[in-house]
This record gives sequence, structure tokens and C-alpha cells, in this order.
Amino acid sequence: MNEILKLSATEISEKYKIKDLSCSEVTKAFLDRINKTNPELNSFVSVSEKSAMETAKIVDEKIAKSQKLNLLEGVPIALKDNMCTNGVATTCCSKMLVNFVPSYDATVVEKIKNNNMPILGKTNMDEFAMGTSTETSFFGSTKNPWDINTVPGGSSGGSAVAISALQAPLALGSDTGGSIRQPASFCGVVGMKPTYGVVSRYGLVAFASSLDQIGPFSKNIKDSATLLSVISGYDAKDSTSQPNIKTNYTELSEPKEIKIGLPKEFFANLDNKTKELYKNITTKLSNEGIIFEEIDMPSLQQGVQTYCIIAPAEASSNLARFDGVRYGYRNKEAKSLVEMMELSRSEGFGAEVKRKILLGTYVLSSGCYDIYYKKAQQVRTIIKNDFQKAFSKYDILLSPTTTTPTFAFGEKSNPLEMYMNDIMTIPANLAGIPALSLPCGIINNLPMGLHLMGNILEEQKLFSIAKKIEQILGFNLQNPYWEK
Amino acid sequence: MNWEVVIGLEIHAQMATKSKLMCNCDASFSSEPNTHVCPGCTGQPGMLPVVNKQVVDNAIMLGLATKCDIRKLNEFARKSYFYPDLPGGYQISQYDKPICENGKLEIEVNGNKRTIGITRIHMEEDAGKLVHAGSDNIKDASYSLVDLNRASVPLCEIVSEPDLRSAEEAIAYAQKIRQIVRYLGVCDGNMEEGSMRCDANVSVRPKGQIKLGTKAEVKNLNSFKAIEKAINIEVERQIDILEDGGEIIQETRHYNEATNSTKSMRSKEDAHDYRYFPDPDLVPLLIDDDWILKVKNLLPELPEEKKERYINSLSLSEYDASIITTEKETADFFEETISYGSKPKETVNWIMSEVLGTLNQNNLKLSETKLTPKLLAELLILIDKNTISGKIAKTILPEIIKTGKNAEEIIKEKGLAQVSDQGELKKIVETVIKENAKVVEDIKNGNPKARGFLIGQIMKKSNGKANPGIANELLNSLLN
Repeated sequence: MNEILKLSATEISEKYKIKDLSCSEVTKAFLDRINKTNPELNSFVSVSEKSAMETAKIVDEKIAKSQKLNLLEGVPIALKDNMCTNGVATTCCSKMLVNFVPSYDATVVEKIKNNNMPILGKTNMDEFAMGTSTETSFFGSTKNPWDINTVPGGSSGGSAVAISALQAPLALGSDTGGSIRQPASFCGVVGMKPTYGVVSRYGLVAFASSLDQIGPFSKNIKDSATLLSVISGYDAKDSTSQPNIKTNYTELSEPKEIKIGLPKEFFANLDNKTKELYKNITTKLSNEGIIFEEIDMPSLQQGVQTYCIIAPAEASSNLARFDGVRYGYRNKEAKSLVEMMELSRSEGFGAEVKRKILLGTYVLSSGCYDIYYKKAQQVRTIIKNDFQKAFSKYDILLSPTTTTPTFAFGEKSNPLEMYMNDIMTIPANLAGIPALSLPCGIINNLPMGLHLMGNILEEQKLFSIAKKIEQILGFNLQNPYWEK
Repeated sequence: MNWEVVIGLEIHAQMATKSKLMCNCDASFSSEPNTHVCPGCTGQPGMLPVVNKQVVDNAIMLGLATKCDIRKLNEFARKSYFYPDLPGGYQISQYDKPICENGKLEIEVNGNKRTIGITRIHMEEDAGKLVHAGSDNIKDASYSLVDLNRASVPLCEIVSEPDLRSAEEAIAYAQKIRQIVRYLGVCDGNMEEGSMRCDANVSVRPKGQIKLGTKAEVKNLNSFKAIEKAINIEVERQIDILEDGGEIIQETRHYNEATNSTKSMRSKEDAHDYRYFPDPDLVPLLIDDDWILKVKNLLPELPEEKKERYINSLSLSEYDASIITTEKETADFFEETISYGSKPKETVNWIMSEVLGTLNQNNLKLSETKLTPKLLAELLILIDKNTISGKIAKTILPEIIKTGKNAEEIIKEKGLAQVSDQGELKKIVETVIKENAKVVEDIKNGNPKARGFLIGQIMKKSNGKANPGIANELLNSLLN
């Protein structure tokens, strides 16, 4: 095992500064690791070895000339395959887009490139980010390094595994209902979803526009905060982008008094083992002076239902552009326009995507709009308000990220069961608040995550508290796959 | 039975902005297909819309000009349907929160003034264009080509109340809208090229009945003539059905100008479910008082106001004031001309008959000639000072238009100055009297027409340069 692989992103940056490591060396180490482990794990759907090494060379020239490097400059990164990369296939792991090569970079990709971070490749995901296990990918599922018979979570399963299996020091995912935090929890890494609008969505292939947000995967909180500093900021190309935001989260001061709310609704239906794990954690943290209080937030119980109306509604409209006319999969045997569109969409999309489109089309249709979509938006407002009330009393809210550790492939075949995987994480998307998952313990030899939610635009506070908790818990990231 | 016709118009005005509604692409017409396109307006994955603020300004301007309420909190909505000319699978439009509402417009038909309500004005994107091979429709075409130059070009849809009662009123209303959009400079109003398009909602009801009859929406009205003809035949069709005891079906009908007939496109049952919902890629657009005030300050003087001013301060007749303000370009030309000292009434006459007449003959626009307001004023002042006659002025106008030389220069070159010199003119008059003894006899016998003949001869002899007033006086004194 190459020791480079175990370094955190900020540690790699430090090594560059003192010329202890070259960027080419580091990039090569991760590329080798990918080439060795990917046939089994299937976390990457494409690897861009050549361009990564070219970027590394540029950074090494700067290092040789003792030029000052930017934050994380030269630290390799993996991108979820729903972020558009100019000249490199961006497939959303769908048959529909297998051959789609964008002519433009997403804003995050542009920022990564401008910062000379070698892009290692594009990671596997649930088709169009719809799923919680990475099993709906057209390219086959990704395996969890903690136990290769289990799922890595989803939809950003590939990015979570890239960190967990030491294939990349950093990765980006996207989170619509928990798609960063849930796989981070299942894979024992840090995954963070920022406040809605902190990271530009320009060039992110949309699933549900009002919920989608790009965020970092990393080994620890410090890396997460540093990577968010690189990718965040107002973008005139995204009308929902947050104006006038602070974009440097690297100074994480020690918080003085920490007051954390525990929404009862999130602890209600846990099994005994899980309950015990989180009981032990809060006790341990209380002993360090953190104050915990239980609170009632009944509207959270409506989170999944609300999401199951809003997300498909937006998706049904966002995915209308995939009609076989201009790009993407087209059925060539069709005899008429309508037949061409119908067959292209029927054959190009997988079952879960079609389920979302059907649901969404239904809830937006005339006569259903008021009963479903409008009502869901009203509930969404109530959830937002409940969070605002909670944050007037507490610095952050805490819950488990998931109710159980990961599960075996094919174990959850009922879509409703699958949707419940996001029960803890969905409310943060509905409210637009920042939230992260931090590895916190083990159940049945599988990792569990601690879900921390902060107030809108209070990333700095969320990271600072998370860092303190990280220090107290001292979770060991190492999984069996590290030795492979 | 006595029937009353009820019409409402939906007018789509293409905004004359530099860029498209939701991206930075050139919004102007291009004959080269797919040259004014980008990943955004071709609906590529991951692309996001950004509202062109100029279109919002234009819509506010239109709203202010038609006395609408301007909505503070605006929302864009997606209107969904599948068609190859619609790259995103939805059109970004406004649904239940349009930018302008409750406006009104005054029209005049045969001296009757009426106020027509404006229900709403909203902003939306245009779709692309399809070219079918071997057919005029997609069903029978061997293949179809997609041109997305027009995709996301900004439109404002102006919807009237069902207040119009005849085809003439509908035309007067449409012309008024065209006049306003052209005055504001927000749209060129060209119906033939499709930058202004019109659909008519037509129904009839027995006179005196309050409840509206079932309507049909007539589409594809590409000229004022088409609006008139289509409405008239649709009214006729509906009355025929009702008088035969039939029922009108709510439907959309396509007007065919060549055959002057309408054909059913789809009934209410086949109407699309557009699944409107607020576009989650766009935040609500807040239009505050400052924004409205800023646009208000940009508003030009509108035709009605101009007309009033001309009547009140320039003493123009209602008719003259009305025709000279029809087009802003003409009104502007008029105002600049009189600023050089020509008389308003004469200036109107000259612009409307001589200037525009000559230009029309040569298929030119006012802006395309070398005639400037200053040159026209100089010409008119020469007539006023009796340096030349109106007749001479008419002969040199085409030259001014062609060359841009001033009138004085042309008169000098051609020796066209009017003869007002009594001595010189007297000789001519005497010669004419001598040569036309028989006519003189007729005059003395009381034939007034004969007099005109002598004046004509005087003008002819002087090569049209004789001052008609002085020639008349001389003729009078010499004949007595």
C-alpha cells in the first residue's frame, strides 16, 4: 500500500509546499490505485489518465519554481458523472447519454480546472442521480469497500467509494435528497451538502432543480471545508445562486458553547443497536461540554412524502429534453415522430427514471396540481419554518444519517423501501440548509454516519462544530479494502 | 335573429432586443440555420436559463403604455409539450402571474371611439422552426429539419378582453397595438415577417344576451387583411350553424389565406395539458417602484399624446394630427421640419402627399433617403416666400430626395426662381392676351373657364416660374 493514498487532501497540499511530494507522483499513485481496484469496485465509469498527468506536470513546474500554490492546487479529484466536462463523455450513467460529450464545462469543473486539480475520472452513480444504492446505473453497480457484497449507497456511490477505497483524496457528488450524505455514511467518509445556491448548478445535469446541490466528499472535515472554499461562489449563469456569500471556510475556530437539538422524529424508529450507538455518542459528546436537547419537529415526518411529489415533478420536466431529437439515444427504427420520441425514451431510460417521470407528470397534470404539487410546496414551507425556529435555539441539529448500515445488493427491491433510505437527509434539501455526514461508529462491521444540519449559509459554524466532534469521536477510517 | 359579434385578440409581439430571453445568443433573424444558438437555447443537459432584463423593461414599457398594473412579484412558469422545435421540452412563459394586467386601449372606427380592455401581457420564449421535406407538415414529410435560431427569442403576448364587436374594430385594435409597439421601439410590428402574430377568439351571441357564446380560436392571421377576412368568415360560419339550430364547438381553427377558409385543428377535448408549474431554475423576479420609475422615464411620447399636442399647440386639424402621428418616424420628421421654420399645416400636407408619395413610388423609407427635415423646411420656406411656386417645388423634390442638394442650389442651377417682377410678367401677360383674342372674347362674355386657360398659358410661357398671384392680378387689370 502506497502511503500517499492515505494522506488527506490538506496533507498532500502541505507536502507540495515543502517539496516532499510531486503532483505527478501523487496523481500517478491514485491512478494506479484506480486501475488496480476499479475492475472489482466499478466506482469509476471513465478515467482520464492523460489529462490528469498533464495537469500534474503544470503544477510540478510551479512547485519547481517555488511559486505559491492556491488552495488544494494539484490535489487530484474525482467527479460524479452528472457534471458536464468539455470534450469528455458525461453520461449520468444512463443509456440515454452514453455517447453524450458536452461542449462546455460545468462551473464547478471550470473552477477545478482553473485550480489545476488533476481530474482522475468520472464516477458511477444511480441513473440521473435517481436512487440510493448506485444499483440503477447503466454501467452496473458499485461495490462498497467495507463489504463488497453490499451497496455503497447512492446516488453518488462512485464518489463515496473513491474516497473510501483510497482511489481519490477528494471527490464531488450531488445531493437532491441525500445523495452525498447517505453514501458517505454507508462508506465511512465525510460527505457534505452545502446551502442551496452556494455551489453553482450550471452544467450539473438536473434531476430536481430546487433540491439539487453539488458538494464535497473527503476523508475529513478540514478537507471538506477546504474543497467547498474552492468550488463555492456566486455564478451569474445560475439564477438560483446565492449572491454576496463568503466562500472561504478554511478558518475553523474552536466553537465556545455548542447547543445541539435532537429532533425526536429522527430517533423514533431506530432499532436497538442503532439507538445504543447514538446514545453512546451523545453521552460522549455531552461529557466534552456539548449541550443536547430533544425537540419536536413533527413536520419532518412529512419529508419523504413531500419529496416524492416535488422531486419527480421537477424531474419529469427536466428530463423532457431527452427526446432523441438533438443528442442522446435515438431509436432508429421508428416510423413517425411520436414513435421515435416514445421508443427513444422508453428504451433510453431505466425503470426508476421512468417511474419518476410518470409520477411527476401525474402530479403536475391539470386537476392534480393543487392536490399534490401545490400542497407539497406548502408543506415544504412549513418544514423550512420549523428549521428556522429550531436554529433560533440551537447551533445545529443532529441525527443518524441513515437508520441502518448499508445493505446487500438486491435486498431492497421495493421502491418505497428504497425511498425511505433518505428519511433523515431529505428535510435538509427541502429546507435548503447545509448538512453533512461524518463517520461515527460501526454496526455489524459496517460504518454509520452522524448527520449534522446547520442554518442557511452557516457552513462555517457547521464545519467548526463538526471538526470538534470529529476530534472527540476519533473514528478510524480504515476498511478491509485498504489492504488490497 | 340579430347577432352580436364578440372578439378577443391574442397578439404575440417579438421583442426587438439584442439577445434572446434566456441566453446571450443574437436574437435577430438569420437566414443561415442554427447560427444563433448556444448550449442553452438548444436545450443541452445542465444548462440554465438567465432572464434578459431588457425584455422585462420592454414588457413594463408596454404595460405602462396600455395603462396596465405592473406586477411586483413575477414568476416564470414552464409550459410543457413535446415537439422537435422546443428543445427543452417546455417553453418558459408566465402563467397565473403575468407581468401586466388590467390595461386598456382606445380605438376609433368610423368616428366611434371605444375603450378595449387588455386582460394581460406576459413574457415568453419563442420556439424554433421546422422545415419539412416533401410536405407542409411533419406527418407526411420524408424528413424534417430543425432550425433553432428563433428558439428562446423573446415575445410579449398581449391578450385583449372580448371587447371587440367587429372585424373593423379588431383591425383598429391590432393597428393600435402595432403603432404602440413601434412607438416604444420594442417590436418592429412586421406581420408579414412574423414579428407580430395574431390569434382571434371569435364568438357570436343574440343581441342583448349577456352570456358569451362558445368561442373558436382562429390562428394563422398574418396580415390585417387576413384578420378581417378570417373573422368575417368565422362569424358567418358560426351564425350559419346557430341559425340551422346547431351548436358551436369550442376548438382551434386554422385560417387558410389562399382559400379564405378556416379548418378545425383540434377541439377542446384534444387540448394539451401543458402542466404549468413555476420554473425552479428561475427565482421570482421582483420589480420594485424604482425599476418601474426608471422605465417610465424612458417612455417616449405616445401617439395619442402627440396628437393632442399637435391639435392644441400647432393648431392642426384632428385629421392631420392623426395621420402625421400614425408612424413615429413620420411624426419625428415632421417635428424636426417645423423646427426649421416651415408652417405645420403645409408641412403635414407635403410630408403625407408629396414626400411619402415619392418615396412609395421608389419603395423607399424616410430613413433611407437623402431628404432631411432641414432640406424639406428650406423648400417649404421658399414656397412661402414666393421664391418658387408649389408646382416648381414638386418638380424639384425628387431631386432633393435623390441627391440631398438643397432647394436653393437646384433652383439656381436650373434657373427656376419664380418670376414676381411686374415688368417681366406684364410682357408675358400681354403676349398671351394678344395671341388668344378669341379666349379673351369668351371671358368678356362671361365664361369663367376660359380664364383658367389664360393662366395656364402664362405659366407655360414662363416655364412655370410665374408667380400665380401676381399673374392673376395683372390679367385682371389688363382685361378691364
